[in-house]
Amino acid sequence: MARFVVRRLILLVPILLGLSILLFAWVRALPGSLANTLLGERGTPDTIAAVERLYGLDQPIAVQYWKYLVRSASGDFGVSAQTRRPVTEEMVRLFPATIELTVIAFVLAVGIGIPLGYFAARRFGSWMDSTAIVGSLIGVTIPVFFLGFLLKYVFAIKLGWFPTTGRADQRILGVEHPTGFYVLDGLVTGNLAASWDAIKHLILPAVALATIPLAIVTRITRASVLDVIHEDYVRTAEAKGLLSRTINRRHVLRNALLPLVTIIGLQLGLLLSGAILTETVFAFNGVGRFVADALRFRDYSVIQGFILVFAVIYVVVNLVVDIAYGLVDPRVRVR
Amino acid sequence: MSLSQAEAVADTTVATEEVGGSLVAEAWRLLRRDKVAITGAVMVAVFVLVAIIGPWIAPYAATDRAGAVTPTTIPGPSSQFWFGLDDLGRDELSRVILGARQSLLVGVVSLTLGMIGGLALGILAGAFGGWVDGLVMRVCDIMLAVPGLLFAIGIAAMLGQSLQSVMIAIAVVNVPIFARLLRGQMLRQREADYVSAATSVGVRRRIIVFRHIVPNSVSPVIVQGTLTLATAIIDAAGLAFLGLGGSDPSVPEWGRMLVDSQDYLSGAFHLAIFPGLAIVFAAFGFTLLGERLREALDPKYRR
Amino acid sequence: MSAVANLLPSRGRAALLEVTDLEVVFRRRGRRDVRAVDGVSFSVDAGETVGIVGESGSGKSITSLAVMGLLPDRGCDVSGSIRFDGTDLRTLSNDQMRDIRGRDIAMVFQDPMSSLNPVVTIGKQVAEVLERHRGMSKDRARTEAAGLLDQVGIPDPDRRLSEYPHQLSGGMRQRALIAMALACRPRLLIADEPTTALDVTIQAQILELLKQLVAEAGTALIMITHDLGVVAGLCDRVHVMYSGRIVEAADRHPLFAEPRHPYTGGLLASIPRLDSARGTPLTPIPGSPTDTLPWARGCAFAPRCPNVQDDCLRSAPELRPLPVQGGRELRCYHPLPSLLLAEPVAP
Repeated sequence: MARFVVRRLILLVPILLGLSILLFAWVRALPGSLANTLLGERGTPDTIAAVERLYGLDQPIAVQYWKYLVRSASGDFGVSAQTRRPVTEEMVRLFPATIELTVIAFVLAVGIGIPLGYFAARRFGSWMDSTAIVGSLIGVTIPVFFLGFLLKYVFAIKLGWFPTTGRADQRILGVEHPTGFYVLDGLVTGNLAASWDAIKHLILPAVALATIPLAIVTRITRASVLDVIHEDYVRTAEAKGLLSRTINRRHVLRNALLPLVTIIGLQLGLLLSGAILTETVFAFNGVGRFVADALRFRDYSVIQGFILVFAVIYVVVNLVVDIAYGLVDPRVRVR
Repeated sequence: MSLSQAEAVADTTVATEEVGGSLVAEAWRLLRRDKVAITGAVMVAVFVLVAIIGPWIAPYAATDRAGAVTPTTIPGPSSQFWFGLDDLGRDELSRVILGARQSLLVGVVSLTLGMIGGLALGILAGAFGGWVDGLVMRVCDIMLAVPGLLFAIGIAAMLGQSLQSVMIAIAVVNVPIFARLLRGQMLRQREADYVSAATSVGVRRRIIVFRHIVPNSVSPVIVQGTLTLATAIIDAAGLAFLGLGGSDPSVPEWGRMLVDSQDYLSGAFHLAIFPGLAIVFAAFGFTLLGERLREALDPKYRR
Repeated sequence: MSAVANLLPSRGRAALLEVTDLEVVFRRRGRRDVRAVDGVSFSVDAGETVGIVGESGSGKSITSLAVMGLLPDRGCDVSGSIRFDGTDLRTLSNDQMRDIRGRDIAMVFQDPMSSLNPVVTIGKQVAEVLERHRGMSKDRARTEAAGLLDQVGIPDPDRRLSEYPHQLSGGMRQRALIAMALACRPRLLIADEPTTALDVTIQAQILELLKQLVAEAGTALIMITHDLGVVAGLCDRVHVMYSGRIVEAADRHPLFAEPRHPYTGGLLASIPRLDSARGTPLTPIPGSPTDTLPWARGCAFAPRCPNVQDDCLRSAPELRPLPVQGGRELRCYHPLPSLLLAEPVAP
């Protein structure tokens, strides 16, 4: 088991290195000189010279790459051209919002998707099954931001059930943010109204964001359960006269849910990229919106830092998922 | 025991009436009768048709001021303007029709580029194996390490503000997907008996690859291609939403129309609905078709 | 036990399992109905070993699935009666059948790898039968399971309890499945081609194991196979099925000494013999299983039969008992000639 984990960890290194090279090349390929790129229009000859020295632009490429690598590893991605503050600082400030959003969307996607897929498979050919299939097909083909528009229009503007934008209503008094997670903050400081307000702001964007992962989880669960139901070992379980619930739990689900474990990593990628679009639609102050703005203003240090961080997170999460899969599927684990 | 298992046993009891054809012929026969696949095909056909003959059927040109608007009243659908007017007084119906062309263009071009790149890599990896395979797969792993949209954003941002950069970005994102797909198929085929047979008789590797393995690996590629067209259209809209992509205002583009509609959500929601529905329509058609193709071509799916 | 069963005509006593006029029809959309089992009747006495022989598509497996109640609800019509210990299983509810399966009637299937749950330990898969039908606690069931694994000849059973199916060899997996089937000492065991997926050397071991276990426990056994060799070493009584119906039924020795139905004769003759001269051609049954007529139109075997005559193509023969010792039944207008000498029949 330990060997399995170590092997996976070792594989991580070339991927991260490759990524860093890719990003380094990308930064250098950005239009305009590097200094202009990082400082935007506000570069003075002094600062430009400083940047050039910092990035070692007068030195061989290998050295530049090394410096870049060292700097990235220590979390220095430069300064945002928009806000003039270090990129890392901005990301730390804004990440909790995105995490809140992503977590809720993930819970929705998995919490609804798995049961839905399971029951659709069990009632194969029924109207519930057809609805699930059509629903998930539509879910996959709706652009996240369009769905955001629709939800915003129907539920926020027309029906007024939810707020249209933002993370919190400024009018709720006495709000402190010890953790940065608005829902938690409210609980921690005893301000339940603030927590509830934060939740209300989270619901529409979370639903929009969750739709595509939900559709995928439903489809895969359904297909997986359908496959497993026809397997010989389920027939053996029936032949043993086991109770339905035992068969479903130990024989059907335990096998059917395996493919989902591997999918989870991919879902994270979808959620992170979807967050960029969703946060923009709902003016939700998280990292996603920050990056969307950075794109509009050509704030390359932000874009670059964000992509690197996201990529690293994504790779690490997939590694964890890989290892987790090894834990649940004995065939992979035991050599 | 399942019905299909029992059927499999029962199948041998009765002399079959249908003559077993090749996989493709069988798939075609299944699809012809499949209402869902036909619906998808029709939707795709409508989309392609509108994209091609758009300029001739659109009642107005893209930049024509068809009607009067004020900042506060933007007319919605009416008998004169089926989709209403936009914030500059242009006919929304015409703009949506004309926008089809952009979407189709982006979809097809990025798919083609992505497929060519991916297939080339995949064939390399699958045909040579060994360290070539390892290298190609590592490169693909790295490319896949960045989530799709993010990757496209990075490339488009790097290449500048144009339609081409969007197309290239989406193409690049899809390269590792096709590469992996084809490589996997080829590996599977390489183990197949007919390959051992051909090799044992002395057929050269290049011929085995191109005349035998590749044609048999094609069906999942077709399926993936259809589905990728759908995602390419959606991703292109997403990139336009973020400000990347062609900036020529005279050429309508669904993604950009959606972006522009943001400010008028409460007053003129029709500006968001129609381009959005158009995107969904096009993508859904390809997705339906692709899914049905997948079920028809994959023997595992026959239930 | 088998000798005793032969002295009395098997119709006289109440049998453990009595299948009467079993029919199984599969209805498929857009295609013809398939009569997989077309009027099958046989019985199994307590402790008796019965063989059902036939090619793929003869309906032998479907028959056993019908007895177990494992056929799907949709798309499948079953008629006839299946009396187990006097009760018609077809009248029982799903829950009642669940009680009987595994406890009174058990089944072993063909492919041991796919018949085992890959993500659950062997120990658990055996123990769960005990937990379910004998109400044992988890620990007690686990201990019992080790004992069962030992009984079926799996070495080092305590270690095996925590192992997974992919860690066992094919033969051991099949032994484990046999252990699961016999865990609650069922009165009837159905084995559907249990050795077909195994290596030849292992096949013999598994068959020996089965023979020994059912003898020790007095379990009745239905052995379903296409391999006459398996039947010869194991079964008291043999039923030969073709295209959904039984065409010949006899006790073991008389059947092999003197097959009457041309199909049975063909099966026997197609087995290559060690003592035939070199260069002797193999004699398969001509045609293929798909060259059949529906029984409604005539004898299904007619297209391939060496004895075929006009009446065979007009109507299907009935299954009739022959007035000989050993309770033979035959479904044929023009059977193979009966020899007075007990010698293997050469075609």
